[in-house]
Amino acid sequence: MLILLGLVLGGVVLLANEKQLYQLEPALFFLFLLPTIVGDAGYFMPARLFFDNLGAILTYAVVGTLWNAFCTGFCLYAAKLLGVIDERVQAGLMDFLLFGALISAVDPVAILAVFEEVHVNDTLFIIVFGESLVNDAVTVVLYKVYISFVEVGAENVQTADYFKGVASFLIVSIGGTLVGLVFAVLLGFITRFTKKVRIIEPLFVFLLVYLAYLTAELFSLSAILSMTFCGIGANKYVEANISQKSRTTVKYTMKTLASIAETIIFIFLGISAVDKSKWAWDTGLVSCTLVFIFVFRAAGVIGQTWVLNRFRLVPLDKIDQVVMSYGGLRGAVAFALVVLLDGDHVKAKDYFVATTIVVVFFTVMFQGLTIKPLVNWLKVPRSTSRKPTINEQIHERAFDHILAAVEDIAGLQGYHHWRDKWEQFDKNYLSKLLLRKSVYRKSELWEAYQKINIRDAISVIDQGGNVLTSARLSLPSMASRASFPEVTNVTNYLRENGSGVCLDLQVIDNVPGAKVQEETETHHFLTGNLYKPRRRYQSHYSRHFMPLEEKERQDREVFQRNMKSRMETFKSTRHKRHKKDRSLKKRRGSDSREDGSDKPRRNVSWQDKNPVVVPVESEEEKAEHSDPEKEEDVGITFTARKVETPKQRPRSVPAALDDAGQSSPAVDPPSHLPWKVTSVGSPPPCVSMEATKIIPVDLQQAWNQSISSLESISSPPAHSELVHPRVIALSRLGGSRPASYTPPGSTSSIAIGAQVVQGSFCFPEKKKKEEEEEEEEEEEEEEGGRALQEMQPLMSSPRTTSALMAPPPPPPPPPGSAPLGSGRRRNPCVYLRSLVTAPPSPGSEMHSRGPTQL
Amino acid sequence: MGSRASTLLREEEIEEIKKETGFSHSQITRLYSRFTSLDKGENGTLSREDFQRIPELAINPLGDRIINAFFPEAEDQVNFRGFMRTLAHFRPIEDNSKNVAVSEPLNSRTNKLLFAFRLYDLDRDDKISRDELLQVLRMMVGVNISDEQLGSIADRTIQEADTNGDNSISFSEFIKVLEKVDVEQKMSIRFLH
Repeated sequence: MLILLGLVLGGVVLLANEKQLYQLEPALFFLFLLPTIVGDAGYFMPARLFFDNLGAILTYAVVGTLWNAFCTGFCLYAAKLLGVIDERVQAGLMDFLLFGALISAVDPVAILAVFEEVHVNDTLFIIVFGESLVNDAVTVVLYKVYISFVEVGAENVQTADYFKGVASFLIVSIGGTLVGLVFAVLLGFITRFTKKVRIIEPLFVFLLVYLAYLTAELFSLSAILSMTFCGIGANKYVEANISQKSRTTVKYTMKTLASIAETIIFIFLGISAVDKSKWAWDTGLVSCTLVFIFVFRAAGVIGQTWVLNRFRLVPLDKIDQVVMSYGGLRGAVAFALVVLLDGDHVKAKDYFVATTIVVVFFTVMFQGLTIKPLVNWLKVPRSTSRKPTINEQIHERAFDHILAAVEDIAGLQGYHHWRDKWEQFDKNYLSKLLLRKSVYRKSELWEAYQKINIRDAISVIDQGGNVLTSARLSLPSMASRASFPEVTNVTNYLRENGSGVCLDLQVIDNVPGAKVQEETETHHFLTGNLYKPRRRYQSHYSRHFMPLEEKERQDREVFQRNMKSRMETFKSTRHKRHKKDRSLKKRRGSDSREDGSDKPRRNVSWQDKNPVVVPVESEEEKAEHSDPEKEEDVGITFTARKVETPKQRPRSVPAALDDAGQSSPAVDPPSHLPWKVTSVGSPPPCVSMEATKIIPVDLQQAWNQSISSLESISSPPAHSELVHPRVIALSRLGGSRPASYTPPGSTSSIAIGAQVVQGSFCFPEKKKKEEEEEEEEEEEEEEGGRALQEMQPLMSSPRTTSALMAPPPPPPPPPGSAPLGSGRRRNPCVYLRSLVTAPPSPGSEMHSRGPTQL
Repeated sequence: MGSRASTLLREEEIEEIKKETGFSHSQITRLYSRFTSLDKGENGTLSREDFQRIPELAINPLGDRIINAFFPEAEDQVNFRGFMRTLAHFRPIEDNSKNVAVSEPLNSRTNKLLFAFRLYDLDRDDKISRDELLQVLRMMVGVNISDEQLGSIADRTIQEADTNGDNSISFSEFIKVLEKVDVEQKMSIRFLH
């Protein structure tokens, strides 16, 4: 795809300019583009898998590449002698050998691009990919040796030079590896002391990995090998040393850079393909090359596999071999190398360039595109992206120990024996040297356990998010929202959540316009799934990752801001809407109620939970005063809502029940979710230590997005005018519809609704849960015995809107209902998490903000 | 290598072991020489002390458990047959197993798993209880981890595997938990020919 794009681009450039402005400069490629890709690959290389298959990888990389290079070179030369290749291609044996060397190496970039998409099983992937990485050393050496031979002239080459070639191969590869390992140790050692300067941790990672590349390049060693091994070696220690935030940064930055570099490379390839100045087509050469590389690749793979299978525990079967031969993709490395050729010495350079481009295109486009169907057709075992469970982790470790022991008993100095030795060495010396004290004391198993817990939590959320995104597509009104594009900016990881947030806003915004039943239903569906993302926020935020004082301070701050903004809105509303006493009354009532509900918050000195009670009212109200509060609390709100009596909300109740059913596992005594169970028993939080660090950043993104989208939505002045408190008598009371006001100026464009939400959702984690529950119960009693049927995370706002949607355009509420409502109605309370690290955004523009769910 | 060893080993014995375990002739003689070199008492059987003398095994956290696995119940000597039978669990699985007659070869997936299972299951009640799991975990993680943490790991592990709610892992549950793991590869070693 990218190449196609590059082709098009190149065509455009060609039309516009007649001359190529942008070309793939080898310097650019080798200095910047390649390192990013290789660095990413090396750093995230599954080390265990790599070393488990090291033998196979080395064989394929060294023997296979040599075989390919020589055979291709000789056969091309033979073809030339036979006259298949045009006379104009002035090339001798050395030239063809050179060409064979550069064309024979499987390219890591192309392999990554293609195989990551295909998802073949891990072993297959690591073998092909590892080969592509390691064979760089071979290619580079061969290339350099041949270059020097060509320059000297084939007739002047003496026997000693061949041995020098072999020696230089050893030096280049081993030297490169050593440089990489030295930098890995250095990197691990440096990150051990960066505790005070977390911010530069990623920088060190990037710099040192890159330095490994440059250093190796400087000494003419294999830079790719160096970088790969630096990544592999450092990964374990660095990951353990640096903070979670840095880890995330490193991960995404590397991945992003690699993708960018990959894209650029392919685009450049496409562009240079249309550059006629470099083309010199020779059908014989092109077709011969294509045939030869394919045939020899296949032959080489089969031959080596046959040998290897005699030594492998799990033999590579025929299907694997087919995929491996077919996956011999050539790519940008070959192209860059061929462009680097010196036209003075290699007369046929133009032909070689053209052929290389064709080969790259053919392998990447044709083979790369067809490999997926092929893999499907052959039923190659796919890799499952499933993460290991704790059981598997434990038992596999046990297996390792068992195997090592058995090898010892059987007196074999086998692979497990050496790995065991290495692990001992690692544990006794390396880790002590390279890891922080605190980290060193932690057990890997425990970390794995934590990771799994976090993953569980996240997966639950992601499920919700996924459903949600899919549901979003079904909402016709969404597409036109201005805020929609913004949604796509979020990182992949949080995309669902981000969109979820925005989605909800949109829904609310749209509701009044289209009160279609289907939409209502969809919304119910959405609401059912929405609680999950928020719960994640909560669970992560809830853990004490901040020092206690800070929390208290924040808590206080949040509260003060809440009150302040509330007062302001209160004033402003009164100012503006003197005629609407009723709503004012309600407002007052709600305020006073808020005070009541705020109290517990102040009193309670939870470590991790600092709920802020925010009244969530009709949307106008929200816009007025709950929004500022929400801004402050980037955190997530958990709300439990009352269940209304079915007859008033016929539509909403079933959905609510459904939702309740869904969410009940989260609410109930924590036997349903595995991670909860364990956490109950153990005071130290298991889930979120790390997660806390991850989420804030991303969450803030999502939040900012939603805010900005809100601004874009609700910025029209009319809205702020329209804003007036709307309190809906809760249905159970007056039997009234959710009351809504349609102010004269507004054309029903504003969602009107009663916030049915009440209470707080208590997230069932740890002991805090009970406290919260108690508190809720107290509140309940205060309210006058509303049965809190269930606390449901996040149900509040969605539910509200759904309630809104159900009734036809709302008649003004019966006079009595509003006071009643105010009296009865409990503020919908939203507990806001105050754990957000970012300072709350100024709440001044509350009027311009639309309703938000957060 | 072991000319002395192979002379001590009678041909018919080799044949029987071959049939039972699937080891090749050369593998058997090779392992027999290993066996005799371990056998300091030179009485044709290995005792626990013989195993414990292996230096690498001393630092293996699960070493004791694995040594135990070599000994049949209530015995503290193991002869070469038993030795080979245990080792046979770790032979890689061949696709074209020639001895189809043997219904369940020792190196089958189930038997490999059973071997691992027995490492946990000290009291042989075919269940890994929480305590048993904790013991093994403690062996594997060392002292750097607190009891509560370990306990929560164990709880979590059991809960993940436990399907019938008896707070322990039965063998069938054990198999089920590991069904996605490439046990054939991860519980096999390559015996030299």
